Amino acid sequence: MASAMINVPAKARRGDIIEIKTLMSHIMEPGYRHKASGEVVPRDIITSFTCRFNGNEIFRADLFPAVAANPFITFFTTATESGKFEFEWIGDKGFSETASASISVE
Amino acid sequence: MQQPPNSSRRQFLGLAGGAAVLGALPVVIVRPAEATPAMLASAIQNVTGGATVRTGKVKLDIPPLVENGNTVPMTVSVAHPMAPEDHVRSIHVFNEKNPQPNIANFHLGPHNGRAQVSARIRLADSQKIVAIAKLSDGSFWSASVDVVVTLAACTEEVI
Repeated sequence: MASAMINVPAKARRGDIIEIKTLMSHIMEPGYRHKASGEVVPRDIITSFTCRFNGNEIFRADLFPAVAANPFITFFTTATESGKFEFEWIGDKGFSETASASISVE
Repeated sequence: MQQPPNSSRRQFLGLAGGAAVLGALPVVIVRPAEATPAMLASAIQNVTGGATVRTGKVKLDIPPLVENGNTVPMTVSVAHPMAPEDHVRSIHVFNEKNPQPNIANFHLGPHNGRAQVSARIRLADSQKIVAIAKLSDGSFWSASVDVVVTLAACTEEVI
């Protein structure tokens, strides 16, 4: 079962640059490996990761098979107001997961 | 009676020296300094649209010696302001010898405050990693790092 880990500071001062760390558990099967019988294991990866703050996209990543299993992505953003970060992972075989985290900005 | 042993010793040394030179040659041939395979070049071309890519601004942090290619920590940062009128628009990371040249694209904007992203990647071989940043003025900046991988990822047998 897919599960996400999000690390967002609970509080920040206005104008602070904060780091956001995200991890989604996923096999990220690259589609280049073979079974013992010789057949190729089909690709099964997360292709897209998006982060929105109060509904506006602030960060997006396109992922390829060269991203390691359980994609761990960190990035930065400027704290401007209190609100909610929403994270979305989309991938092969209809994979779709979301997570969210709130921040209060003084 | 001096002559035969001397000449055979000379022959032996000559042969041994030749063998040593031959042994060293493949190393030179396999790892040329600036080989950029066509796939990497065309993947970069897709992003830049043929624009000049200058070296600089971008910093690619990745261990130079990787024991396990299945998960390699990587950080890309761009020394550039993130102001609304002048910022880093995207960061693209490529590799030379994985089955696919792309690793990831990161789309940024002025609200990010700092142009820095981290991820863990897979490397199927010892190779060159290239990071390219696109700025809001349309210019491209890059950095590349050579990485030696002991245990390769992606292509080994499964189960």
